Amino acid sequence: MQTKRTVFHSRILPYFLLAPQLIITLIFFVWPAAQAIRQSFLRQDPFGLKETFVWFANYTRLLDDPDYLNALGATFVFSVGVTLLSMSLSLMFAVAVNRVLRSGRFYTTLLVWPYAVAPAAAGLLWWFMFNPSVGIIPYFLSFLGYEWNHRLHTGDAMVLIIIAAAWKQISYNFLFFVAGLQSVPQSLSEAAAIDGAGPFKRFWTVIFPLLSPTTFFLAVINITYAMFDTFGIVDATTSGGPSQSTNILVYKVYADGFIGLNLGPSAAQSVILMLIVIALTVVQFRWIERKVQY
Amino acid sequence: MASIDVENVGKIYTGGVRAVTDIKLNIADGEFIVLVGPSGCGKSTLLRMIAGLETISEGEVKIGSRVVNNIEPADRDIAMVFQNYALYPHMTVYNNLAYGLKNRGTPKAEIDARVAEAARMLEITQYLERKPRALSGGQRQRVAMGRAIVRKPAAFLFDEPLSNLDAKLRVSMRGEIKRLQRRLGTTSIYVTHDQLEAMTLADRLVVLNGGRIEQIGAPLEVYHAPASTFVASFIGSPAMNLVKGELHGDRLAIGPAMIGLNGFAPTSGAVTVGVRAEDMRIAAPDEDALPFRLEYTEELGAQRLIHGLIGDQQITVAVSPEIVLSPEMRIAVDAKRLHFFAADTGKRLPGNVPAEAKLAPAEPVV
Repeated sequence: MQTKRTVFHSRILPYFLLAPQLIITLIFFVWPAAQAIRQSFLRQDPFGLKETFVWFANYTRLLDDPDYLNALGATFVFSVGVTLLSMSLSLMFAVAVNRVLRSGRFYTTLLVWPYAVAPAAAGLLWWFMFNPSVGIIPYFLSFLGYEWNHRLHTGDAMVLIIIAAAWKQISYNFLFFVAGLQSVPQSLSEAAAIDGAGPFKRFWTVIFPLLSPTTFFLAVINITYAMFDTFGIVDATTSGGPSQSTNILVYKVYADGFIGLNLGPSAAQSVILMLIVIALTVVQFRWIERKVQY
Repeated sequence: MASIDVENVGKIYTGGVRAVTDIKLNIADGEFIVLVGPSGCGKSTLLRMIAGLETISEGEVKIGSRVVNNIEPADRDIAMVFQNYALYPHMTVYNNLAYGLKNRGTPKAEIDARVAEAARMLEITQYLERKPRALSGGQRQRVAMGRAIVRKPAAFLFDEPLSNLDAKLRVSMRGEIKRLQRRLGTTSIYVTHDQLEAMTLADRLVVLNGGRIEQIGAPLEVYHAPASTFVASFIGSPAMNLVKGELHGDRLAIGPAMIGLNGFAPTSGAVTVGVRAEDMRIAAPDEDALPFRLEYTEELGAQRLIHGLIGDQQITVAVSPEIVLSPEMRIAVDAKRLHFFAADTGKRLPGNVPAEAKLAPAEPVV
């Protein structure tokens, strides 16, 4: 394969040209990560005067901590919930837009808007709508005989953050699904129609399998989003409550580290999160390119 | 097996664009019909209306004795071969062939038998476990045909199935389609823009132009007695020469030249005269002839095409490569080989129809 290759006569110049990017990466990514790893092996005294090296004590303690295990469980429920909800809704919207010929562009534009809303604002929006005293949704739910209160009911709180987080992600998924659907040739669906498959069967046996690369990619992206990018939503709606039920990992790092000022365990948590990101990235690169092709 | 009747069918797309106008076509059981015309002539639209992929705006389509206007494509008992093959890329060849049968609840043993039979017929048995992307263009084309065959439908619909293949493969697949259709005896409608494909495959040709039928007829009939200047210029290669002329009694004036017609003149006044390249020859010295100024030649091996001017009108003559050329020549043409078309409408004028047009097609070899 032929690539464009520039030959530098000076040995320093290439490093000099790379320096801005390298410095940014080092200062803002590598250094904090290294700090977190270092911190996770240390224990500080309450006044911050002395640090003791404690080996893996922070980690072992975490794994014995029921609150942490609870957070792991909550994160699992939350990320699976967000991924399923936002992906199924956006796939539905994408299929609908793909069928509309004339105003597809208009709907697409509207459906992309939520993506531009900041997480905290999105959280606030849903917090208002679901507010047990003044919110419109609890008001309607009360007619159905359901008393919504995410401040008291752990299930309600989890549903609330799942909806708020999924809502924001719909736009992103939607765009990918629309692009994916448009790349499936019309004639395949026509051939399937002649082959006696009804619209549902056509979708599930021909179109959906052809979308699998998109679906898999989005699944990884959505899990990553739900696990790491939802701090604002949780903070604005439930702040991890009630009784720890929505205290997902990324929120617990913040709560333990910055509210509880318990730096060692908080750092250990962020290292575990880092490992999860690394794992997801590996999955992304390894399998997306190869496995899910037809 | 079934006959197909297209009764006064028209298609108007949303927005009022008219694609097809008043098509009337009766296709006998087992017949091979080719719809041919330039792009945008409505041939694919007509085929898709018969398939049920487009709604029918006007008129009726009958398959067998059943009006199918409001019947789903799946229930019309037809199979279609698409231009891009439309194979399901995530399924093996076997599953591609079996998909339509599975959807119809065919028992597993019968699916196996039918797929095996179709695969044997098309010589794709060794590829049954492969995915389409692991096949060559010609093999994919066979799979697409196989998918149509396994269903044993009342009719095959072909939408330019060979246009994605290279020239050599196209010729061999053409022969194969013809043989297969004869063997199965299934009514077929085949859409193409390639007049050679149309000529070689069709029992009857339907020439379409601007959404209307220009002519329906056996290939030789259409070739030797084109119904209009459009058909004359579309069917046959090189295209029929069409020149402006004027009839004076029994004589025809083309530009400054004048030739006798031996009683073949259908009318008088201005006409469009059609003459095929192979129907002209270099004139003997004492013959009635047209002065021809040579511009350039094309070598075809067995033939040589010479392009030039009669007066100021461009024509092409096919001559044997042995003939010695000169810049100025005299071209003779048999009067009964001339085609006359109305100068204004382009319609064929009643008159002589060459005997070849009535020849029965060669006996089908099964």
